[in-house]
Amino acid sequence: MAADLASGATTSVALTRAHLDRISAVDGAVHALLHVDAEGALAQAAASDARRAAGSPASGLDGVPIAVKDVLATEGLPTTCGSKILEGWVPPYDATVAARLRAAGLPILGKTNMDEFAMGSSTEHSAYGPTHNPWDLDRIPGGSGGGSAAAVAAFEAPLAIGTDTGGSIRQPGAVTGTVGVKPTYGGVSRYGLVAMANSLDQAGPVTRTVLDSALLHEVIGGYDPMDSTSIDEPLGALADAARQGAAGDMTGVRIGVITELGGEGYQAGVQQRFDEAVALLVKAGAEVVEVSCPSFVHALAAYYLIMPSEASSNLARFDAMRYGLRVVPDGDPSAEDVMRASRDAGFGDEVKRRIILGTYALSSGYYDAYYGQAQKVRTLISRDFEAAFAQADVLVSPTAPTTAFKIGAKLDDPVAMYLNDVATIPANLAGIPGLSLPAGLAPEDGLPVGFQVLAPALADDRLYRVGAALEALLENEWGGALLDRAPALEEATA
Amino acid sequence: MPEITRDEVAHLATLARIDLSDAELDHLAPQLSVILESVASITGVAGDDVPPTSHAIPLTNVFRDDVVTPSLTAEQALAMAPASEQQRFLVPRILGDEQ
Repeated sequence: MAADLASGATTSVALTRAHLDRISAVDGAVHALLHVDAEGALAQAAASDARRAAGSPASGLDGVPIAVKDVLATEGLPTTCGSKILEGWVPPYDATVAARLRAAGLPILGKTNMDEFAMGSSTEHSAYGPTHNPWDLDRIPGGSGGGSAAAVAAFEAPLAIGTDTGGSIRQPGAVTGTVGVKPTYGGVSRYGLVAMANSLDQAGPVTRTVLDSALLHEVIGGYDPMDSTSIDEPLGALADAARQGAAGDMTGVRIGVITELGGEGYQAGVQQRFDEAVALLVKAGAEVVEVSCPSFVHALAAYYLIMPSEASSNLARFDAMRYGLRVVPDGDPSAEDVMRASRDAGFGDEVKRRIILGTYALSSGYYDAYYGQAQKVRTLISRDFEAAFAQADVLVSPTAPTTAFKIGAKLDDPVAMYLNDVATIPANLAGIPGLSLPAGLAPEDGLPVGFQVLAPALADDRLYRVGAALEALLENEWGGALLDRAPALEEATA
Repeated sequence: MPEITRDEVAHLATLARIDLSDAELDHLAPQLSVILESVASITGVAGDDVPPTSHAIPLTNVFRDDVVTPSLTAEQALAMAPASEQQRFLVPRILGDEQ
């Protein structure tokens, strides 16, 4: 798309209008978007075309439209986080990611659906209704960033932004046959990202190809003084790494297969496609070693203590005083009465579960046994990664243990829902970057399988090199992209 | 085996300033017990010799120069407030009658 814009084969206005038309045609069925800003996107597209005509595009992606997860503040565009408590809230400022997209000339098509405050693995916890997987509309698109992944898979947007706290970019990528990248923690600014668990949250690209992710990562990444956890280091040549990888030569690259993330508990077809992909990398010259990360068995438990603890504190800001929903009970209610009523009315079940759990884990008497232990396990997980990266340049695993499940199947069984993130969570706890790319369709259900690549902190370029190599090798086997095999969505006529 | 009772959930909800209905308490208490049971395996995993990690990527504190930079106007900051008066957030009473 960027090449067509550069050569003049198309214009940003034409591209943006085509995607807006596609949204009108299929989003009734997919429900990937919560807000569409047709007028704003077309105005940004016209400005982009004018820049290009004047010979001064703002970036390599100038004019390519994008959708943004509804957890990132966008000035003048509603930002709800999938919650009733923020219904109708229009931020007075842009998140750094949104500001960088605008500065680079990418028209923002709209905001994508998500589990409320990014809490979930299926997008069913959105207060505005679930998003449907374009591969099978009865199935979940993953979560929490199911809207971003589904929009990209359904060709409603060529690019999207997601956020990943325990896998919310990578797991939706896996189950929708798209590419998703969680950068190194601190590699992309969190300023204006509504926090769920600040020590884990990270925004990143959601795209159809590995190179697109690298290009988008270069636009949104890099130091931001507005985020005190932002890392003041160069990003590395990410797109160059992807281009180099696409040549398909893996000679000298050491790939570690994580023993604990596979086998029992993983769907047979997921494991099969993963093993086949590893074999392709070996054929391309990679050296494969088995690595063991024994502490990973405790990662899920540590995550489900740290994340709710941080969330219970972060979500205290929704107090009905300065912004958001205010419910005023009858009589002469105090501010506290109003807070309690507003938070009950504004938050959904999963958010309440996590706030209560976090409040419990942080209570005196339980703190050491739960939160304190979870933070120690975090240290053990980082040590496991360190040891594993001494043996391998990148680590690999299936992204999610299963393909997309049916909508409603796990809604009232939180523990079963949490297990979806078992392979993605360790990277968040250790702050390292991870990428998921499609590895094919599981033979038993014909649904996409995700392949995860993990690299040491600040070595995001390795994700792109190995990811692009595997993508090229797989597409060579398939004779095209995986999404070419997705069922056609019925287009509603407006 | 750890368990969160219905009364404990009600108390935690008070601490978290959420009015849970009876139906919600009935629904959430058993679910929270199941979740807690599934994470309880973590107790005792790491000994005293393991330092806790609160932040995975080591960083030193960041300071900026103490200079005024442009910020939101009062109108912008108040635009989304549930209620405002005289360029201020208008909130319900914060003290009881007897105070």
